[in-house]
Amino acid sequence: MTDLLLWVAGLPIGPSLRVFSRFVPWLQIVHILANGIILGGVVMIDMRVWGISRSQATIAMARRFQAWIWGALAMLIVSGFLLIFYTPRRALIDLAFQVKMWSMVVAIAATVALLFALRSNSKAQADASWLAGLLGTLTLALWVFVTLAGRGRWFALWMSRMLQ
Amino acid sequence: MLWLEGTPLAMMVSHGQFGFPALEMIHVTATTFVFGMITIVDLRLVGLLSRDSGVGNLYRDVIPLTWVAFVVAAATGILLFISQARAYSVNFAFQMKIAVLLLIGLNMLLFRRFVYPGIAKWDHGAAIPLAARIAGALSLVGWITVVSCARWIAYLMV
Repeated sequence: MTDLLLWVAGLPIGPSLRVFSRFVPWLQIVHILANGIILGGVVMIDMRVWGISRSQATIAMARRFQAWIWGALAMLIVSGFLLIFYTPRRALIDLAFQVKMWSMVVAIAATVALLFALRSNSKAQADASWLAGLLGTLTLALWVFVTLAGRGRWFALWMSRMLQ
Repeated sequence: MLWLEGTPLAMMVSHGQFGFPALEMIHVTATTFVFGMITIVDLRLVGLLSRDSGVGNLYRDVIPLTWVAFVVAAATGILLFISQARAYSVNFAFQMKIAVLLLIGLNMLLFRRFVYPGIAKWDHGAAIPLAARIAGALSLVGWITVVSCARWIAYLMV
């Protein structure tokens, strides 16, 4: 992961982008909004999976929120990559950042697994399987963790103390 | 404001080892959650979400959860505020954020009072009345503004 980040930070377009550092707050805002849309999409799918959704009669209706998740994830990644150019040192050194990246990889994998588990009963009005329920809960927990880690100075502080 | 900063609770946040960063982490996450949830209702009201699911049911699905997240965001927000009450109260982005939050509250009250009671007529499938569309659009723009102002607070701190 560190190698990948070093490579991204070292790309020749970095310096030319840094001229536009006044865009940093706006990129961060896009990044936060995209994060929110992912959380919203996961919660909507989960509500159906847990059987507490009034608005989604079928699992197929819930699965439509995957378009939100992937669209927002694209926004999240593009804005995130651009932010690495602006603050490469922070991205590379900050432990919370590393934790965020790795937990995001796991969260994406869990999301894919959840959507895959829902494919089998996408048409019927049936209840989701216990596996989908478990994956749904795990996916939400992971994305919440990723969001927390996104502002994880507390976590970084705690970890650096633990490691000392 | 000075008195607020001197209260034991505020001192705990500002002088505790992890107080401020831990609260900030929860505050940002809860706010992100509020935005993600409310956007779903707003887009349905504006007409950009499938009409397969009724507005009323979607509203009842989403709003209670959104309130829970909002209460968490507000509680942590108040604690963050009192830790540096003087600096925040003169911060333009903070002032804007609170003003827009009040406007969002007003928009929500007007929607609940005048638009939502007639929901039976347009709950399923039917075209959404203009008033509901406007309320949804205002809420969406409002929350994007709140998140934007919130992010700008740190850049305008002196």
